[in-house]
Amino acid sequence: MTAPAFFDYLVRLGDDRLVLGHRLSEWCGHGPILEEDIALANVALDLVGEATLLLKLAGETEGKDRDQDALAYFRDATDYRNALLVEFPKGDFAFTIVRQFFFSVFSLLQMQALQQSNNAELAGIAAKAVKEAKYHVRHSAQWVVTLGDGTPDSHARAQRAVDELWRYTGELFMADDVEADVVAAGLGVDPSTLETAWRAQVDDILRRATLTVPAVNYMQRGGRAGKHTEHLGHMLSEMQIVARSHPGASW
Amino acid sequence: MTMPDQPKTNGNAVAAATPPDSQWPLWEVFLQPPKGAAHEHAGSVHATTAEQALQNARDVYARRGEAVSIWVVPSVVITASTPDDMGPFFDPGNDKPYRHPQFYKVPQGVRVF
Repeated sequence: MTAPAFFDYLVRLGDDRLVLGHRLSEWCGHGPILEEDIALANVALDLVGEATLLLKLAGETEGKDRDQDALAYFRDATDYRNALLVEFPKGDFAFTIVRQFFFSVFSLLQMQALQQSNNAELAGIAAKAVKEAKYHVRHSAQWVVTLGDGTPDSHARAQRAVDELWRYTGELFMADDVEADVVAAGLGVDPSTLETAWRAQVDDILRRATLTVPAVNYMQRGGRAGKHTEHLGHMLSEMQIVARSHPGASW
Repeated sequence: MTMPDQPKTNGNAVAAATPPDSQWPLWEVFLQPPKGAAHEHAGSVHATTAEQALQNARDVYARRGEAVSIWVVPSVVITASTPDDMGPFFDPGNDKPYRHPQFYKVPQGVRVF
């Protein structure tokens, strides 16, 4: 196993959570109701916290004196390795919830598997993340059912979100040389092995929500190779501006 | 998931307890601090279902290790005393000292307590 592969792998794990955490944080002060505003901020904090630990470990693995802040604030979009799914603007509440549900189910399966990693630190981070992801699944699944099986308007919005997002779910399960290397070394998990379980859980909730999976036979990829949509650059410019305007500042 | 019926109680209390604004129904939140202790009232949340009330209670009141268990109760099912009840309910009856344990002398042989 090559150290760069484990670094790349950790950056993928971290970037998924950092970008989605930031997108969720955009709801702060804009939630549909106070309690949900707080709930979304809590989930955002969980994800950013996971990203902090993962990127810290990535920096230590790389050994080039980059810490989690250097990786978060001083990489450009082309160096980000998150899946495309998580980088789209937050959209309406249904869009945010459906995406959160898709990702949370994936993240829970991924982190459960990563508890067996040969790297004790990654296994520890995964054990912490499993507890958080279980709640994220419960929270988002409850909302998917409420919206899907709700009013005509909420159903239409939830279905539209499923239709728009579905083609970006496939990238979560695509593996390349990076995953092959870390799986061979017992450090990581092959995401393609998670897809069956993910699909079963997603189908169950969508059925209860009276939502249907669109007929899509093409899954868009790109994020894992740094080929992002225009949205990530805009998001990063906002997320990174303070750190870049005042490098080395502490508060 | 279907919405449960709004809890019903009889009498005027229901109308009085219905939130006057456009918020979702109100639920009272009780947290159990450590295992074995009694649940204590922590506050209230808005929610449309019991599960949602439980999750909102967790997010609003139990994110920093405050609780090992949460109860949520629809606020409308709580029947409360009114200020008018103050006298008849809570006057301790000081004119009847024998109602208070201090009235009774502990026998000399009892030292355990």
